[in-house]
Amino acid sequence: MTMDTAAPAPPRAATAAPPAIEAHDLVKTYPKGIRALDGISFAVPAGTVFALLGPNGAGKSTTVKILTTLAQADSGTAIVAGLDVRAKPAQVRHKIGVVAQRSGADPVATGRENILLSGRIQGLRGRELARRADELLGRFGLADAAGRRVRTYSGGMQRRLDVVMGLVHQPAVLFLDEPTSGLDPESRSAMWSEIGRLSASEGLTILLTTHYLEEADHLASRLAIVDKGRIVARGTPDELKGELHGDAVHLELASHTAREHVLAALAPVTTIREIQVDGDSVSARADEGATAVPSVLAALESAGVPVRAATVARPSLDDVYLRYAGRRFAEADQAPATPALSGGSR
Amino acid sequence: MSQLTTRPQENAAGAGANAASAVSRGKGGSIAAHTTWMTGRQLRAVIRQPAYVAIMLVQPVIWLFLFGSLFRKVVELPGFGAPSYLDYLVPGVVIMSALSASMWSGMTVLEEIDRGIMDRFLVLPLHRSAIINASAVLQATITALQSIIIVLLGWAGGAHYAGGIGGLLVLIVASVLVAILFSAFSNTVGMLARQRETIIGINSFLLLPLTFLSTAFMAEALMPHWMRIVANCNPVNWALEAGRNAMTASPDWSRVLLQGGGLALLAVAATALSVLMFRSYQKSV
Repeated sequence: MTMDTAAPAPPRAATAAPPAIEAHDLVKTYPKGIRALDGISFAVPAGTVFALLGPNGAGKSTTVKILTTLAQADSGTAIVAGLDVRAKPAQVRHKIGVVAQRSGADPVATGRENILLSGRIQGLRGRELARRADELLGRFGLADAAGRRVRTYSGGMQRRLDVVMGLVHQPAVLFLDEPTSGLDPESRSAMWSEIGRLSASEGLTILLTTHYLEEADHLASRLAIVDKGRIVARGTPDELKGELHGDAVHLELASHTAREHVLAALAPVTTIREIQVDGDSVSARADEGATAVPSVLAALESAGVPVRAATVARPSLDDVYLRYAGRRFAEADQAPATPALSGGSR
Repeated sequence: MSQLTTRPQENAAGAGANAASAVSRGKGGSIAAHTTWMTGRQLRAVIRQPAYVAIMLVQPVIWLFLFGSLFRKVVELPGFGAPSYLDYLVPGVVIMSALSASMWSGMTVLEEIDRGIMDRFLVLPLHRSAIINASAVLQATITALQSIIIVLLGWAGGAHYAGGIGGLLVLIVASVLVAILFSAFSNTVGMLARQRETIIGINSFLLLPLTFLSTAFMAEALMPHWMRIVANCNPVNWALEAGRNAMTASPDWSRVLLQGGGLALLAVAATALSVLMFRSYQKSV
């Protein structure tokens, strides 16, 4: 559904065989001995969306810098679009689009001028470049603002322009470093649907970094959780959540009850496990939380332990993070603005 | 040399398997083309800041007529050796303006680093040298224009240029070399210190001494002995002397060549230093 009339796109499936990104044992130490990456390896199949999820300072941006030829790893190898980033950086730069954390658009130039310069450097010329720029400006809702200086753009517009600049030459791999950080919820969801469309309709390989659990869950088909320069867990969002074996069941007791008494009352209930009692709060895991709750409530009732509230939560990536990194995501992340981590997202 | 190794080999046989891009494209463009685009971008940014352009035009006028009135009588001092102070002053204002404009070049580099603009260009298949070249070409263009304007203003105010067009050309070339030298120096400081305050500090510290420890406003014959020695080591003074010498009715061309050549060498050295600094910035990303 792309609108290139000049050259029909070859089927992307033809290039699907080798992974679009392969990072192998990347290590990077910054001056003063700060070890940003401590042996990161992963592979991203062509045409998929992959997320690196982790708190600020985990090493996500450093990974992106290495994969996009901006920085060099101390050791390890990285192949992007079939090319070694260290041996052939110039060729890699033709194949990738990069949306960095900081905008990078020239504020004194207009949106269109920014796109045209990127396109020219990528080797596009004349009418073809103009057509491509117009098409992208329209698609990302920037057609009316194209002639305005970027300085006057809102945060969301600037972000969309960054993506357009990264896409102008139809790259094989798109890197999005924190694409929605600092955006209001409306711009964020608009960006999400655009990213979703890109991967679905254009067969782009997308690597995105995020410290929003929700974002990785929503956009990525596979993800890796990064903590302190290492990958601590990887898989599809469902696999990762599945490893936690079921739903979380939380109970709030109406009055303080002896721990042993609660455990004894719940012992006959076979549908729940990993029961933990902490004061008047009880938590457990169940394969099917919704069907386990009635028998739990009945068991406690008959033992004379009144329950004030019961909640069932699907496991969230926050639970995954807690399990692998040993702390709650929000604690690890210095940024205060982590969105609500309800377990309800798919 | 580095340009050769980083040239993209689009059409190499081995790249055929990765011909995933649906956009047909020509070559990425020569260093000259890349330099032109990058310079054009910055020139456009300058033109879009009317305040900057106004200051660039008004400041030399102020200097010409302020110093021209203030020091009008110094030509009467025995040994000054110039018929009119305005004749004497034009080269001084040309070179001082070149110096004071180009010294701020590092601020632009810093801003582009801070905003992420530099990194955006570094992940594009852009010739690395085009980034440094563009800064030099921009400063050279601005300074050449500024110098021509000052020369015309002086002429309108009644200055006589005994050396004719040839002498004026030497003056303009000298001002361009000063701009290249000091913009490269400023870029180096910017990339090294990564702090605006450092550039501001160094500029306020250097501008007046570099200007007044030269023959910009006062003839060498009237300077104290020690100051003459210092002035002889001051590249700003080399530019002034070369320009002023070439603008006389009978220039001493070997001396013009010596001072101009020294200035050119220094400009090349400062540019090389800024390239080194740029490489180390790339490594520090």
